[in-house]
Amino acid sequence: MPGKLKARIVAGRHLPVMDRASDLTDAFVEVKFGNTTFKTDVCPKSLNPQWNSEWFKFEVDDEDLQDEPLQVTVLDHDTYSANDAIGKVYIDIDPLLCSEAASVISGWFPIYDTIHGIRGEINVLVKVELFNDLNRFRQSSCGVKFFCTTSIPRCYRAAMVHGFVEELVVNEDPEYQWIDRIRTPRASNEARQRLISLMSGELQRKIGLKVLEMGGNAVVGYLQCFDLEGESGLVVRAIGTACTLDKLSSGTPASNACNSPSKDGKEPVFGEDLLSSSGPPTPFRALPTSSSSPPPFSPSKPCSRQSSSSDTDLSLTPKTGKNTCDTAVFFYLQEFPFFTLTSFPPGFLVHVGGVVSARSVKLLDRIHNPDEPETRDAWWEEIRQEIKSHAKALGCHAVVGYSESTSICEEVCILSASGTAAILNPRYMLQLGLEADGRWCVLFSRFEEPSPPSCGFCHIPYDELNMPFPAQLTYCYHCRRQKVPDVLFTTIDLPPEAAVTGKGCLIQARLCRLKKKAQGEVNATAISNLLPFMEYELHTQLMNKLKLRSMNALFGLHIQISVGENMLLGLASATGVYLTALPAPGGIQIAGKTPGDLSNEQHILTIQKRINDTIAKNKELYQINPPELTEEVVGSPIPDPRQRSRLFRSHSESSDEVSELDLSHGKKDAFVLEIDDTDAVEDIHSLLTDAPTPTGFYSCNTEVMPGIYNWTSGVQMFTSVRVLRLSNANLTNQGLNKIFTDLCENLLKSFYFKLRSMIPCCLCRLNFTVAVPEEELIQVAVTAVAMTFDKDQTQEKPAEKAITKGCSETEDQLQFPLELCADASSANNQPSSKISGSLQPFSSLDRSSPLPEGRSRSLRSNRSFAGGSVTVVKMTPLSFLPGTRIIKYLGIINMFFIRETSSLREEGGVSGFLHSFIAEVFAMVRAHVAALGGNAVVSYSMKECVFMENPNKNQAQCLINVSGDAVICVRETDQEPIPSMTNIGQTCTSGTDGAT
Amino acid sequence: MAVELDVFVGNTTIMDEEVYQLWLDGYTVNDAVKVRMEGGVMEECEASADVLLSDTMDQYRTFQMCERLLHSPAKLANQLLFQIPPNRQAILIERYYAFDDAFVREVLGKKLSKGTKKDLDDIGAKTGVTLKSCRRQFDNFKRVFKVVEELKGPLVENIRQHFLLSDKLARDYAAIVFFANNRFETGKRKLQYLTFQDFAFCAGQLINNWTVGAVDNMVEDMDVDLDKEFLQELKELKILITDKDLLDQHKSLVCTALRGKTKAFNEMEANFKNLSRGLINIAAKLTNTKDVRDFFIDLVEKFIEPCRSDRWTAADMKLYLTHYTNSAHILDTFKHQVVWDRYMGVIKSCIFKMYHD
Repeated sequence: MPGKLKARIVAGRHLPVMDRASDLTDAFVEVKFGNTTFKTDVCPKSLNPQWNSEWFKFEVDDEDLQDEPLQVTVLDHDTYSANDAIGKVYIDIDPLLCSEAASVISGWFPIYDTIHGIRGEINVLVKVELFNDLNRFRQSSCGVKFFCTTSIPRCYRAAMVHGFVEELVVNEDPEYQWIDRIRTPRASNEARQRLISLMSGELQRKIGLKVLEMGGNAVVGYLQCFDLEGESGLVVRAIGTACTLDKLSSGTPASNACNSPSKDGKEPVFGEDLLSSSGPPTPFRALPTSSSSPPPFSPSKPCSRQSSSSDTDLSLTPKTGKNTCDTAVFFYLQEFPFFTLTSFPPGFLVHVGGVVSARSVKLLDRIHNPDEPETRDAWWEEIRQEIKSHAKALGCHAVVGYSESTSICEEVCILSASGTAAILNPRYMLQLGLEADGRWCVLFSRFEEPSPPSCGFCHIPYDELNMPFPAQLTYCYHCRRQKVPDVLFTTIDLPPEAAVTGKGCLIQARLCRLKKKAQGEVNATAISNLLPFMEYELHTQLMNKLKLRSMNALFGLHIQISVGENMLLGLASATGVYLTALPAPGGIQIAGKTPGDLSNEQHILTIQKRINDTIAKNKELYQINPPELTEEVVGSPIPDPRQRSRLFRSHSESSDEVSELDLSHGKKDAFVLEIDDTDAVEDIHSLLTDAPTPTGFYSCNTEVMPGIYNWTSGVQMFTSVRVLRLSNANLTNQGLNKIFTDLCENLLKSFYFKLRSMIPCCLCRLNFTVAVPEEELIQVAVTAVAMTFDKDQTQEKPAEKAITKGCSETEDQLQFPLELCADASSANNQPSSKISGSLQPFSSLDRSSPLPEGRSRSLRSNRSFAGGSVTVVKMTPLSFLPGTRIIKYLGIINMFFIRETSSLREEGGVSGFLHSFIAEVFAMVRAHVAALGGNAVVSYSMKECVFMENPNKNQAQCLINVSGDAVICVRETDQEPIPSMTNIGQTCTSGTDGAT
Repeated sequence: MAVELDVFVGNTTIMDEEVYQLWLDGYTVNDAVKVRMEGGVMEECEASADVLLSDTMDQYRTFQMCERLLHSPAKLANQLLFQIPPNRQAILIERYYAFDDAFVREVLGKKLSKGTKKDLDDIGAKTGVTLKSCRRQFDNFKRVFKVVEELKGPLVENIRQHFLLSDKLARDYAAIVFFANNRFETGKRKLQYLTFQDFAFCAGQLINNWTVGAVDNMVEDMDVDLDKEFLQELKELKILITDKDLLDQHKSLVCTALRGKTKAFNEMEANFKNLSRGLINIAAKLTNTKDVRDFFIDLVEKFIEPCRSDRWTAADMKLYLTHYTNSAHILDTFKHQVVWDRYMGVIKSCIFKMYHD
């Protein structure tokens, strides 16, 4: 009996009128947990009842506490007939089971009915008393913290990363049970909501158990998904990264664990330390980490210095010695390291190989025994094996930014997984093989290590002589010592230490492919035959668009392939950037197949000109003016035709037969487009029709925009859904592509227009999800956040140049910034600060160091709890809110709602119906967060939005699943005049130029 | 290819003030798009007509969903469905309850009933206000009327608290409620020259001085119904015109005071008895509901029109009424000073307000 759950029903308000005669309601409440139900008294004739009930006490196992939600049902009492339900509230009590999260749930919850939507609000108080249970055979995993955030949460420090955890549970879908034929839609919806709530509770508990087994205390990057397999059942599956997190005491600044050691710089004693220290980790080392791009800095001297240091730094890591060291490490790994995280502390990623992905087409059959979900498990195991082998082929031992997804149409299911092959710094894996059970784990504690060179992760992890695919390698443009590829595709966020030239932008490849309607095996085969071509084309599009923007790397790449009855949709989104360490991309060359044809030649020339103009325009738009552009041969406009980027993929069909497609042997050159080819015309067309973002807007699908660092507090999260009906039954692939592309482009245009009042602003974490809900429908759902920034400072990443001196380790280098700061401060006449003169330069420099994305400004502020209005709950898909500091994580929000209507027209048609449903979902998320005592949701995402309609019957149904982390954040009441400090930083660095 | 469904929902509800106004003014989505295009928003952000249409639809939907809440504005502040910053909420409410002077002038003093509602299309056609907007305004009047009808305490304050309106708007609504309750005639041709603001001012005067609330501030309907006792007492004022001595005495006092101070002195002297009879008769008749309704028309016919035809200036009017009121205090046999002041105070300020072209 390890837990006591207590609930109290306080009051209701804004209840609907249930009795037409009196225009009032006689409301009472049922509180249910497990099989126990309590009732309040009836509060007669009131729309704002005050129940003030006693405490209802449930004595339950903690296993149940984890699985079950508290179910609050509001009813209208009726003397003669059955009581009418007004609506329900499901309260997930998981956050109360963890001592570090919320301690009480108290607040107004919207009363939700699956047919009528929100009908008034109810005030509920919930508490949990847990008794210690040391039973080692227990089935519960109370206390394990869950985070949707895909980086180390802000107020924690990762002591250890244990690795990948996954689990899935299956059940029959109530919607497809025989009983569904005789029960009301409301009963059916509620059965489904309750079941999914139970299943996700169970799933979380099971994952928690695995984490405890591994010795961890938290799951970061927790990704839970539903597969509505229809007749064959309901699958809830989740993946995550098990960690041991230490809470930072409230005094210590948040985010130092995950950001950069630069916070050391603020330790009071560092002045003396610094002078004496030459080698060991001192605050000074921090400086370089934060900066990123080398430009105006005279390249030769600092560069060579830095690379020498990086040499020592990396001596343990792959590079040439890789074969010995890393493979040795490799052997110890029993479990292959998958990381669902997308951003890491600087230096954690040694090398990044490229994107690895695997897809497999499966035929669904009824899940016969819910307790034995082996088939589904085996499917995913298979896919993960494939990912592993791809990573291995790229010379990598880990996959980061890993995610899994499915697309289901009737009985066909496409399983997809993708991630980024990488080599992790073995220094962080000293514990390898030492753990009792032979598992590996990663120690984050050594992060005070000197920071790595900003270009390190770009260097190729594979053997140059034994490349897994043909690629054009050059010496790194940053350190000049190691080889880098010409382009780099990844699924992760831009590493904080990366040097970037200019700004990034959202790049999308969109594709539609028609297919014949078919059943069963034939259908599955047709789909798996189409997949490789789709991947190939998406990839080509991405590559072309990247070149057109004069960029050389993609981050946050996410490729979604969605299956419908008669078509497949492919959407690849990523954020393009120009990595300073990589060679400048070549242009795009148009070639005709029939040289000599004059008119054709002319045509080609015009197109070529348009392309060149666009490239030039884009360079200006994204401020891409890399320094030594002409220095090496690489810059030639027509690169080696055989070159391909590294994207590994494979497909296996239902028969488990694996067909590999090596894109590197594509017959067509990626950058030479042959105009005679109709496809190519199409490609060029789609290339040039992508409208540039309007002035004042930027967009990306990563956490934040490379090149923008000074966010202001304006935040607007939004969800937008569009469904297009294809009226013309005999469409061609090209026609469809155009429609699909326009749909996505128009959505973006709409966002820009709607958010125009926020200019200058950036749309971050633009997350597009496509689906083919019916034969002639295409659905696109987008969730993103618009954030304002300070325009005047976007041009420069303040201490950018300091990075060139990166990983300074020698005394020489240490001295260097010292000088330059002194220089700057004197030149600047900036002795205003009261700190002693010797200290001042450092603090100013430190402050100006571009803590990645401006988020860690909080580092050095001592702020008080902002006592703002409790009702405002901010939401964002990012892991932070600009201008604020997260002081507490209150628990995971994972909610599933169904809404159904049989009066579609009366509710304003499909748009009116969905509009209010989404607004209701937001409202319920906000209410739950507020009841936990929070004021924001970070890492918010809408995982599922399944919309079905039947206009003839005036009916529609929609399912939405959302998740995120509830947090308390406080405004930065930073007394330090940050802008002026940044100015100092800038002058500092410009002073550098003079000094060198 | 048809867009089957298109929604955009922000965590903080996005509302464009311009679109809100168009919605309030009863524009259809298509008309609103046209107006916006002419207004030049498109150039602002490189938008196309499609984008504008989609945005307008989104906003119209949002407003429609909010409308239910706007009917009881207090709910807007503690509802959970829309996250709207408080200053925005205030704007939404204030604009929703704002009305067109031309429209309100037409329904002022009419019974806020179904019958009047049926005539709204005529009023709409006459005033150039769309029927949809007319309905909203009419329903607002009716809603406010219904709510304050059953409340105790000062009218303006009640309206302000229940509908979270600004002081100015709350006063205007108080006037509308007051007029509707007492069914003052305002539609006659002779009254056409008066604006809503003229009437609103007069209503304020009447509410503050002639209602039950002017003496007792805790009764129901205190600010809506005229003080019956007071109306009864007004009959006593008749002595000023029925007693020949008093009338003559009053006239000579006024004339002495006015002599040489105005060009219109001769006309004033000649018309004194007529004008005085007019005003006193109005007072004496106010016990009849019918005569209360004709209060304004009587003021115009019995007093304002004669003066206007004699070309009195506004200053003349002021001078005359001041002395007319004050002189009565000097009359030895006139005992009803308090009632007289209460009556004339209101009459004076109403006439000042109404005496224009």
